[in-house]
Parts: sequence; structure tokens; C-alpha cells
Amino acid sequence: MSRLLAALALFLLLPAPIQSFAQDSAPSPEWQTTLDAAKGQTVYFNAWGGEPRINAFVAWAGREVERDFGVRIVHVKVSDTASVVSQVLTEKSVGKTSGGAVDLIWINGENFASMKETGLLAAPGWVQTLPNWRYVDVENKPTVTVDFTVPTDGQESPWGMAKLVFMHDSARLQKPPATLDALLAFAKDNPGRFTYPQPPNFHGTTFLKQVLVDTIPEPDLLSKPVGEADFDTATAPLFAYLDALNPVLWRQGKAFPQDAAQLRLLLADGELDIAFTFNPGDAAAAIANGELPPSVRSFVLDGGTIGNTHFVAIPFNSSAQEGAKVFADFLLSPMAQSRKRDPKIWGDPTVLNVAGLPDNEKALFKAQDFGPAALSPQELGPVQPEPHPSWVSALEEAWAIRYGTR
Amino acid sequence: MPKTEGLPDVPTVLVITLLAGPVLAGLAGTVLPAFGYLPVLGHDAFSGDPFRKLSSMPGLTTSAALSFGTGITASLMSLAIVLVFTAGWAGTNTFRRLTRFLSPLLSVPHAAAAIGLAFLIAPSGFLARLVSPWATGWTRPPDILIPGDPYGLAMTFGLVAKEVPFLFLMTLAALNRPHVQDYLKAGASLGYGRMATFFKIVLPQIYPLIRLPVLAVIAYATSVVDVAVILGPTTPQPLAPRLVGWMNDPDLSLRLMASAGALLQLLVSAGALLVYLTLELLAGYCLRARFANGHRHPHEIPARSFSLLPMLLIVITMSLSLVLLGIWSLAKSWWYPASLPQAWSLARMLDGLKSGGESLGVTLVIACGAAVVATALTLWLLEARGNAGRRETGRLKALIFLPLLLPQIGFLFGLQMFFLLAGLSGKLTGVLLAHLIFVFPYAFLALSDPWGRLDPRYAKAARSIGASRARVFFRIQLPLLLRPVLVTFAVAAAVSTGQYLPTLMIGAGRVVTVTTESVALASGGDRQIAALYALLQLVVPLAGFTLAALVPALVFRNRAAMRLER
Repeated sequence: MSRLLAALALFLLLPAPIQSFAQDSAPSPEWQTTLDAAKGQTVYFNAWGGEPRINAFVAWAGREVERDFGVRIVHVKVSDTASVVSQVLTEKSVGKTSGGAVDLIWINGENFASMKETGLLAAPGWVQTLPNWRYVDVENKPTVTVDFTVPTDGQESPWGMAKLVFMHDSARLQKPPATLDALLAFAKDNPGRFTYPQPPNFHGTTFLKQVLVDTIPEPDLLSKPVGEADFDTATAPLFAYLDALNPVLWRQGKAFPQDAAQLRLLLADGELDIAFTFNPGDAAAAIANGELPPSVRSFVLDGGTIGNTHFVAIPFNSSAQEGAKVFADFLLSPMAQSRKRDPKIWGDPTVLNVAGLPDNEKALFKAQDFGPAALSPQELGPVQPEPHPSWVSALEEAWAIRYGTR
Repeated sequence: MPKTEGLPDVPTVLVITLLAGPVLAGLAGTVLPAFGYLPVLGHDAFSGDPFRKLSSMPGLTTSAALSFGTGITASLMSLAIVLVFTAGWAGTNTFRRLTRFLSPLLSVPHAAAAIGLAFLIAPSGFLARLVSPWATGWTRPPDILIPGDPYGLAMTFGLVAKEVPFLFLMTLAALNRPHVQDYLKAGASLGYGRMATFFKIVLPQIYPLIRLPVLAVIAYATSVVDVAVILGPTTPQPLAPRLVGWMNDPDLSLRLMASAGALLQLLVSAGALLVYLTLELLAGYCLRARFANGHRHPHEIPARSFSLLPMLLIVITMSLSLVLLGIWSLAKSWWYPASLPQAWSLARMLDGLKSGGESLGVTLVIACGAAVVATALTLWLLEARGNAGRRETGRLKALIFLPLLLPQIGFLFGLQMFFLLAGLSGKLTGVLLAHLIFVFPYAFLALSDPWGRLDPRYAKAARSIGASRARVFFRIQLPLLLRPVLVTFAVAAAVSTGQYLPTLMIGAGRVVTVTTESVALASGGDRQIAALYALLQLVVPLAGFTLAALVPALVFRNRAAMRLER
């Protein structure tokens, strides 16, 4: 019996290495050069480290890559990605053009735009040379090549999909609001039970952008730099909405949570009835981990919510460019992507075109159970594109003047 | 050994290069961008734009006022609490018992203390849970703005709770001066009340010793980042956390404005120091006559009881905060209104401990390294200057304490560039050197007075019978000073462990300590892990202070005269 179990275990364990061999059975000569150069390198992967689940996933990916390709991954857990941008900038300012401290960085949106503009990234085009790039859903997920309207030009490799998803505690609130107007009405009926993180926090700014996207008279303006629009006219409905919302927010809008994590804690403690996240699997994962009560459910707004892609990018002076590419490629592999999507692991949606995968790999995605707290890919609704990154600072400044100083 | 008066000795030169060099370079790296010069971003002409932009930031005056107000209020309150308590209770059993509680509290890092405190006093926090809903009717947490109240009261309280143990220990050390006990006896025999004796006779003698720590507390409290983020108001935040935010904004052009803001921060801290010095002057002027008016103030029971209250409150609050962190590190789920966790998880704590082990090792190496170097350098400096017959001059002292009196964010960004240029960024040695800048002043602060009190006749006697300078140092001075040297070592290790920004910026993310890890984890929502790391931060300082208490007891177990007097 035990022998049978062992054989069964072997059988279950085997597919993983076989599969990675299958992908790499015949690497192109160029990729083989990269693999050879990468062997023995240490990649310092600077990635937000606030979520033990994500940290555990990165640690797992690091072990895989070390075993299969001889690349050592060190997860540098940062509290704010912008501080990594600062680090690379400081290195550039003192003329350190090689041997930089950051080899790979978890990034998107404003930080990417900033690094691209300042010339802090490795030369364009490396992403398309990754073997697993062919599985990426370029067609149906336009945000994998256009990051907050800025073309990625192959300077950052997609890692996962993010989408604004709201959470409510069904034990206290049965039927969540389905539109922004309904949300406002809810807040008026239940003062102090809704709020958003304080901009310029990423999640807070995202809430502003969500309202902006839904209320702006001419949505086309959002794909262009903010300078080309009449900011006051474009944002008049947004601030009318926020003006109405502010007095009925948590703490009467006199204080705001610092980040999405604190927002979630407030939901768990019953201070709030509604919170939100950028990870559709967040509620399910947090319930499994005991961070949210089991009665929490997810919901989105009618007409969709803002979504984007998060990436990994290589700084211009990375000390382990090849190793970083190998790791970026591994993160794109169907095995890593399917594991990442599992709500028990992380719950982060894939950037791959699952329908276009070979059957073995497709099966990895099929068997996943999302549980009652998460929304299925169909229930997540349409994705609204992010505005041009230049809108962010303008929104943050205008917000700070109105609500940031009481 | 006569020495040339003009030439400074080796350790003096070493200390000057070690401290002044980086600080000045760091300041330059802040001042230049503040005036519009940062070539890498294409700004290569000087201008006043950064300051113009800074002044247009909404709520800037409020932020600066908050930093100034909370900082100076917290410092003055801490000083008052410590002095009044010492005056009322020094030498009593209560005093000794509280001392035992307060010393370990010094090793609690600011951020950990603030997290614990926030969980204690929040509307969904522990105190509210204890009485809810059965007594208050709060089935859900009330919507009350605390912590984060607009006047920064919670933040001020957090700072007071953290600075009182520091100032108290400094006062305690000062009370060890010779003759202090005699003054107390003299006061009592002349019919002066306990408190009157302290304020009229003892305090004027020991105040010069606690003055510098008070100034350091003011500089720190007016520029604190972590406590302000956790307990401070948010609309707007005090100045220092806003600076860090601007410095880390993805919009890189904000760095110029942030540098200008750092200069403003320097002004705010300098202003607070000036206000304190003025108050000090006024107090000295107004009180001099009262010191000598002969009033004995013998009826002091109400005043004494009252002086005990704030101290007790702080000890209880801090201990409770720590206990809560301990419970949280074991709690899987713990939601309002449960006063104890709904679900426990030992396994996850063990997981966290395992993954925290490596960073704890790095922390230990850096803390021990920085502490050894700082303590050794201090001893060398004191010995060399003592030997040359020089007292610490005002100029040298000012230089040594410069890093304590300047707000860290005022020169850290420049310092980062300096270390990058020197090729030390991202290396353990670089972080160790950077820590040394902040650790050395504390080591000097802790050791220079015990050294000064060492009876010089021991050394003279030894030299007169032919002992070499080295032999005198190792066989006489060092053993006599074993206790303060170990305490210095522990203080230095604790200061090093608490460094967040220098570790992050000089370590470039490649040098990971429990403190950097703890801040990164605190940005997530897993309270269990955050609490665990906050407690891990306590390990190194606590071990240091325990050693400092145990080793002398062991070494001197058969030396009656070396036991703690009094």
C-alpha cells in the first residue's frame, strides 16, 4: 500500500519537472546564451513585501529557478516601490551604470512611466525574447503591452492582472451597491462605514480614477496626457461626487487609512462595511488565512471597474540581467501562472491566454476552485482602462487641496 | 606623556572624519537639490523653484506646526514627568521597582511601541473591546477619530511613552554622580522636603548631564517618521512623513521640493531647540531667586502622589502594548469585539520565526559590529584625550552630537549618494559605517560621564609603579568601568537595531534587518506577522541589556566593592 502511495506521489510530482523540460527542450540559441550567462547569478528582486502569501509565492518561484537554472533569487521586500525607483535614480546620478543594487523590480503605472522617461530601464525589446512570451494574451488583454496608456516597448514583462474589486461583509450588508451612485447613497445612510486609502496611496488614487472614469464627460481625454484636457471641467463631476461623499466617510473624512491593508483591517474589525482591493482573489485568500471573517464577499460595479497589469522590469544597471530575464520568463510559465492564480496560494489572475495553451498546461488552470468569496473570471465584469499616468499627480494634488488639509 | 598641543590625536581625527565627513557630504546632497541643482534629472541651474513649489503645497504650515508642536510638547512633558517622578521618589523602593520596568522599555523600538499603542487605544482596539458591547453598547466600533486626531495628541502620547524611559535612564545615570546622595541627606537634615531638595539642590548639579539628551529628544521628536505615520494625523501629516513621501514619489521632480522640505525640517527642529534653550534661560533666570528663598516645602505628600501617576500610566500602557503584541503574534483571527483572539495559530508564528531568522542574524552582526566599534572608539578617544590632559572641548562635543541634533532625513539622501560614490552602498560594511554615525554619539553620551568620574589616582598610582599606558587601560580602567562599558555596548546595539531609513537607503535593499523587514511587512494586512516582527526587533536590545546586567554580576561575584552601590 505504502509503495502504491509512493508511486502515486511520484506520479503526481513528476509532471512539474517534465513540463519545464518540455518547454526548454529546444531553447533557441539566443535563449541558450542567456541561460548559460544566467547560471550562477544572484538576482535581487525588489518587490513589495507586505503580503506573506505573495512572499511565499516568490520564495517558491526562487527555489524552482535555482533548481532548474542555477539562478539564485533574493526577494528584497520593499514597503514602497517608489523607493526602489529612487535607489536606481540615485545610482544613475552618481554614474553607476553597471553593478546596480536592483536586478528586477515589481512595477507598473506611474513608477514605470517615471523610470522609462528617465532612462532607468534596460533597453527595449527583451520581453519579446522570453520563450514564454508566446503564451501571453496580447490580443484580449491589451494592458499587457500598454501600461496605464504608456507602451511598454518590451521593457517590462507582464506578471499578473489586477482589477478593482470591492468587498463587503455579508453578515452586516446583504446587498452591496452596484453603482457609484448607490455607493454614495449607502454611505449617506450609513455614515462612517465606507472610506478609501489616502491619496497618493496607490489604492486611494485608484478609487479617484474609478470615479473619474465613470463620471468624466469626455472619456477619450483620459488616454491623453492631462495637459491636453481642461482639468477643472473634466474633474468637476468627480469632485462633486467626492464633496458629497466626504462628510459621510469614516471619521467624517478627517482621517483616511494609509493603505489597502489598513482598509481591509477596518473591514475585519467591523469599522467599515465596504472595502476594496486590486486583487480579485484577495478576499478568498484573506478568509483562508483568518484575516477576514468568512462572511466577506466580493463584488464589482455595473459597467466594470478599472483594471491593469503588473509587471517586472530590469533596471539599466542591473548586475544580473540574464538571471533577471530567466526569472521573468519563469514567472510567465503556465506552471507559475496557474499556481499564482490559485486563491489558496495568492489568487492573482493570469496574463496568459489559457485557451491557447497546450492541453497539459490548460489542465493546470481548469481544476481551480475559487470559493464563495472570490468572483469567477466571468463575474469580474468588463475592464476599464487606466487613465494616462500624468492624471495621477494632477488628481493627487487637487485631492490634497480639497480634502488633504481639512 | 607630553604631547604637542597643536596636533590632534589619532582617535580625534578618526571620529571627526567618521562623523563630520558623511554628515557634511549628506547635507550638501540635500542643499544642492533644494536650490534646484540635480543634474541627473536635467536640473543644472540654481533656482528658488523648489522652495516656491514647497510653499504652494496644501497644508504645509499645518504640517510644520504639527511637527514643531508635537515634538516640543512631547519633549517637555517627558522631561517634566521624569524630573517630577525622580524628585518625589528617588531612593525609595517604588523608585527601584519602576526602574526595573523602565530599563527594558527603552529597548522597545519606536515603531513597535506605536503599533502596540495604536491597537490599545483605537476605537476597535483592546480597551474598547474590554468594555464592549456589554458596558458601552458599542456592538460595532464607534466612529471616533483616534489615533490620528487632528492635534496629534495620540502621537504626542506615543512619543512621551517612548522618550520617558530614555530620559529617565539618563537622569538615573546622572544621579550616580558623587555627592548626590549627600546633597539629598543634607537637604533632608535641613528640613527640606524630598522634592524641594531635588529641585533646589540636586537638579542644578545634574542638569548639565541631562541637557544634551533632552536636546536630542527634541530634535528626534520634531522629525520623527514612524511614530507619526502610525499615530499622527493624516490630513495633513506632520512634516517629516510628508518629506519621505515626496522623496519616494514616482514623480521624480518632487525630489527637489523634498530637499527644500528637508531644509524646512532642519529649520523646524532648530526652532524647537531654540525655543527650548530660551525656556531654559528664562527658567534659570526666574527660578534662581526661588532656589535660595529658604522655603522648605515640607508638605509634599499630594505632590508626590501626583508625580507618580504619569509614570505609572506610561509603564502600564507600554507593558500592556507589549503584551498585546505578544498575543497578536499568536493570533490568527482577532476581530472586534472579541477581547481575546477567535483563532490562534502557533504554526504560523513558527513559520515567521523561521523566515525571520536570517534577518535577525544580519541585525545581530551589524548591531554587534557597530556597538563594538563605537564603544572601542569612544574608549580610545576618552583615554587618549585623558592622557593628553585634555577635557572634551565644546567643539568636539558639538561635532559628536551633530548627528543627533540634525533630523535624519535632512542629510540621509545626500548620504546615500556619498556611500554610492564610495562604493559602499548595498554592503554590510556600508550599513555598519552608516549606523556608526548614529550609534557613536549615543555611545559617547553613555560612556563619557562614567569615564570622567573615574578617580584619576588609580591610573597615576599604576603609572608610578611602572605600568605602561596600555596596561593601565586594560588592567585598571577597563575592569573598573566594566559595567558602564557594557551598558554603552547595549545602548549602541539597541540604537543600531532601531535604524530604519539608514539601513534601507545605504543597504539598498540588499542588507535586510528585522527592522527593515518589519516595516515592509507592516505595509501589509497580516497583523500576526507584523506583531511578530515588532517583537523580533526587541530581541537584540533586550539581549544586550540582559548581558550588561548579568556579566558584571558574574565577574564581580566575589568583589564586594564592585557591586552596585546604593
